[in-house]
Amino acid sequence: MVVEYLKETPSQTAGPYVHIGMAPAVAGLKVRTQDKPWVTGLKGETIFIEGTVYDGDGEPVRDAVLEIWQADGKGTFDKGQAGFARASCDLKTGLYRFETVKPGGFAWRDGRMQAPHITVYIFARGINLHLHTRLYFSDEEKANSEDPVLKMVPSQAARDSLVACVDPDAKEKTYHFDIVLQGERETAFFDV
Amino acid sequence: MSRPVLFTRERDWHPPQYHPGYKSTVLRSPRRNLISLEQGEGELTGPVFGHSSLDALDNDLIRNYATDGDAIGERIVIHGQVLDQNAKPQPGILLEIWQANAGGRYRHVVDGYIAPLDPNFGGCGRCITDENGRYHFRTIRPGPYPWRNNGCQWRPAHIHLSIFGHAFAQRLVTQLYFEGDPLIPLCPIVNTIADPKAIDMLTARLDMENQTVFDSLTYRFDMVLRGQRSTFFENRPEGN
Ligand SMILES: [Fe+3]
Repeated sequence: MVVEYLKETPSQTAGPYVHIGMAPAVAGLKVRTQDKPWVTGLKGETIFIEGTVYDGDGEPVRDAVLEIWQADGKGTFDKGQAGFARASCDLKTGLYRFETVKPGGFAWRDGRMQAPHITVYIFARGINLHLHTRLYFSDEEKANSEDPVLKMVPSQAARDSLVACVDPDAKEKTYHFDIVLQGERETAFFDV
Repeated sequence: MSRPVLFTRERDWHPPQYHPGYKSTVLRSPRRNLISLEQGEGELTGPVFGHSSLDALDNDLIRNYATDGDAIGERIVIHGQVLDQNAKPQPGILLEIWQANAGGRYRHVVDGYIAPLDPNFGGCGRCITDENGRYHFRTIRPGPYPWRNNGCQWRPAHIHLSIFGHAFAQRLVTQLYFEGDPLIPLCPIVNTIADPKAIDMLTARLDMENQTVFDSLTYRFDMVLRGQRSTFFENRPEGN
């Protein structure tokens, strides 16, 4: 039996002016109702995530916009928009920064526990369909070693690319997470 | 926990990451294989945006950044319906759009194109689909603009669109083009898409039936998000 279904609308790059629609203040627009979509009301330990997106030449991708989706500190997903956030890379330095909470682990489809992690999407000029990666935490070594998704990642280098490192010098709890689009240190990306 | 999963994303239908005709892809395209991941709770849930976060002018780009008059340009309405792959209307979908002004200039700190800014035009709009998955925006038709790619190339008139489904895995960012624009087949970004039928899905149709008389032309643009696969095989033990 052949079941008919529609084709998905095809993707196109977000382009260099993505900020106008997705982060108007960064483009220089007055903000109307488009508050910076931000994790609010999620319960858990406050953390910061910082980093840079790099291209195949090791240059920062200064125009990238990142989105995250995550569970709260107990591993529960909000039914509203808490758990979602968006951050733009700085147009001069390329650095991005999220303020959020450390997520708890939750079960995979087959019931095995997943280590605490955050889903990360990357949008930019030259990216034809947003890239999908995951951010895990360096201080969750045991949970990471049992994580069913990390176990599927083929190499140690690729697994390491998914782990954000605690910054020992930061006053507030901060994790460092760089994303490398291409090359030796290329981040592992997923097809979901 | 067993949730209905979404259709697999057809990667050949979408543009590939590496497409040297669009030179920005050359250093920004991953070269390793993507890792196939089953969809779990983190992929099948997603943020839900309420109408309360919008105001009446959010979908009216002719007025939402105006200071002393309407935005300049050809007045148009874009409307349509958001469906999933099972043709089921999708209510509560947040759409965000951005575009250049009638002269092809973006209100953005990095756009230095010679065409003037319009003091009454921001180029940014939002709306949420109604209970039937329907939406509309009022705006001006954006102008084509030149860009540095293999010398000087021109983008067809287009509107950028960001779409949130109910599952984070339905997320989509794309661009809308206008029926009959001779720049469409010349555009290297359009041509990252291989299948003419896919390009056709990004082309808004002139909709004379729904013109606003003595005011605006109307274009129709429907969108399709990834749909739930029928639960046919879901009884099979998982993890195989
Ligand atoms: Fe554009």
